[in-house]
Amino acid sequence: MSDGELIGSYIVPVHPHTVLAPEQNEGWGRLRAAYDAAAQRIKESEADLLIIYSTTWPSIIGHQIIADPNPEWVMVDHDFHELGSIPYSFNIDEKFAHAWNEANEKRGLKSRTVAYHGFPIDVGSVVALKLLNPDNAIPAVIVSSNVYANRAETTVLAKACMDVVKATGRKAIAITAMSLSNRMFTKPIEPKDDRIHSLKDDEWNRKILELLGEGRLEDVGQLSRTIHRQIRVNKVVAFKPMWWLSGMNSNRNNLTGEVLAYEALHGAGGAVVHLDPTPSGTGDIEYDEDDVEYFAGERNVLDGDQFETQDIESLKVEVPLGKPQKNGPALWEPTESKDSVNSEAAPKPVGAYPHARRVGDLLYLSGVGPRQPGTNAIPGGPIHDGDGKPLNYDIKAQTQAVVDNITRILEEAGGTINDVLDVTSFLVDMDRDFQGYNEVWAETLGQVGPTRTTLAIRALPTPIAVEMKVIAKAPKTE
Amino acid sequence: MSKGEIVAGCLAPHPPHLVYAENPPQNEPIAEGGWEQLRWGYERLRESLADVEYDAIVLLSPHWQTYIGTHFLGLPNFKNLSVDPVFPNLFRYHYDLDIDVELAQQIHDRAADAGLAVTMMKNPDFRVDYGAITTGHMFNPSWDKPLVVISSNRSRDYYSVEVMQEMMIELGRVTREAILASGKKVVVIASNSLSHRHFTTESAIPEDMSKEHITSHAMHLWDMRMIEYFRTGQAQRILDEMPEFTEQAIAESDGGGLSWLLSTLDIPTYPGILHGYGTIIGTGNAIVEWPARNHKEASE
Ligand SMILES: [Fe+2]
Repeated sequence: MSDGELIGSYIVPVHPHTVLAPEQNEGWGRLRAAYDAAAQRIKESEADLLIIYSTTWPSIIGHQIIADPNPEWVMVDHDFHELGSIPYSFNIDEKFAHAWNEANEKRGLKSRTVAYHGFPIDVGSVVALKLLNPDNAIPAVIVSSNVYANRAETTVLAKACMDVVKATGRKAIAITAMSLSNRMFTKPIEPKDDRIHSLKDDEWNRKILELLGEGRLEDVGQLSRTIHRQIRVNKVVAFKPMWWLSGMNSNRNNLTGEVLAYEALHGAGGAVVHLDPTPSGTGDIEYDEDDVEYFAGERNVLDGDQFETQDIESLKVEVPLGKPQKNGPALWEPTESKDSVNSEAAPKPVGAYPHARRVGDLLYLSGVGPRQPGTNAIPGGPIHDGDGKPLNYDIKAQTQAVVDNITRILEEAGGTINDVLDVTSFLVDMDRDFQGYNEVWAETLGQVGPTRTTLAIRALPTPIAVEMKVIAKAPKTE
Repeated sequence: MSKGEIVAGCLAPHPPHLVYAENPPQNEPIAEGGWEQLRWGYERLRESLADVEYDAIVLLSPHWQTYIGTHFLGLPNFKNLSVDPVFPNLFRYHYDLDIDVELAQQIHDRAADAGLAVTMMKNPDFRVDYGAITTGHMFNPSWDKPLVVISSNRSRDYYSVEVMQEMMIELGRVTREAILASGKKVVVIASNSLSHRHFTTESAIPEDMSKEHITSHAMHLWDMRMIEYFRTGQAQRILDEMPEFTEQAIAESDGGGLSWLLSTLDIPTYPGILHGYGTIIGTGNAIVEWPARNHKEASE
């Protein structure tokens, strides 16, 4: 099975006018035409899954994912009930919904699936699926927008979704059902009088669409909070969909964007935008905000230990969680002798030796690897699984973890990283890893200035790619 | 025609957990109880009004959220299945409720005359929100009185608590006038919680009461402050402190229900009866009755 991927993204408006009353206003009609054009593009693509993030479905207990294979009911909008009713019957990919739910939990998110007869599918999802997938040819999934979720949580939600897209070989399309500016007229209006509520809202909408037209999705994502303050009425859900959509697109800024329509819907800004993953060449990424892999935020109101941070490797879908202890030798308590320096904050040894030993003015450290104290997890992932099957790993993350462990051991001895005098580094794959290792070195120990020797070796005792042997100045004793 | 009357005003919150815990035949999920303090509170409220005659219930629910003014249910009957989009595991309720369309229209017309944006909702497919149904059920499980259901105009979101409150006090005033002119005896109900910061996790058994508590001390202090004002007849202070309360306690009074209620009661200076207080997934909920029938002189 080939790797799954995201083959396109769409931003679409939420209000029911495009379904129920496109003929009553030219702008509504143009939005409908753009919706229909987007549907045609989707039909002609090889898409086999539509993924909707809807801003009109708020949730409180984490994110919720529709998992009823055939939700059917009649939707009536809370405000626009005079426009009529929208009966719906959708084709939901129940299996994908469950897999996404599990992937969310692996990445530390609270999440649940929803499959109840009569569950009210929200207006944004109903409008989007009705128009983008008129004959239900492509199965869909719908996720809620959590009212308390921040950027980290929303980004991780996207990554968990992409874990499943990749693992199941899907050709997926991501859709955000949303308004741009969401300020509506607070009184009924005649259809012919519809326009964007204010000039300021219109200007912001055009700026957002200019960026999206250039494919600069991550820039819009990073402007989310500003946009929210500028042109968003504080409804239940803040302006989060761009975080999710950018996460679905690997936080890229060089997509190929096209604005198919932009019009007013009772004063709010509605747009149909297509973002194609083909690199446009514009918009270098200027990545300011954290790139988050798993969510470790404040969600443990009920039980302190409900959501433990997991090592990155365990996040992969369909990869069995190898017990770390099985993958490598047994761990030992560090040996205690005169002049030995041991740290609870450093990983346990794999033999009978201390973390460090003081001799006169010098401190000799045993070889330090990247394993994490306590969990024994390997940042950047282990280099092979318990059966010796090679795994993809991140040498930079491993190198950084080695430096962090050295720092802890030296601090335990009363010193700092600035005391390091001489380092011998061991790499198990010089060709693959030297460059990444060297980059992290330059930013860390390279700033301290010890002498260095780097050797290629066949293996290390645990499934790690880098280890360092350190001699440091011993801190002054009283 | 005899003069209409508001016999009581109630603050009667609507978390679906309460209906879930009661296990009425209309609700699909089955519970092992839970949130008894509040359910006993509702019981006391029902007892308090058991011998009081009235014709209709006028209820403002914060989960019919409208951004284009205030809407009123405008057909004589609504029958459907209501599934809570947030807690579908707890609330899937088959409702069949009658509307006093005449009274709804009278309130609507007076509101329109006062310059408020108002709409009668006449789409028969419309699903009544779970907030109105939960409060409707807990207040009157036999559903033998017709309702007037008023939407929550989100003017607070568009403007501020102050503007919301001005509009809701005006809506309360015309609601009162319409009721007095209608010749009907009416109970008015605001369906909202007090402090409203939820837990974002749910225990495996939602009704596990060992997990239930207020989310924070600050929320508790705000709730107790409000309850003190309820119990000592200081409605004006509640209105005065509404902006701070609504913002700092993230209170569900943002939907305007409480301000509207106090206005329909002509800003009562007599004590409200606290029938119950309890938390639901961390939010603070009080059941309070203002026995207006016993204080007619206070507002004439
Ligand atoms: Fe509520």
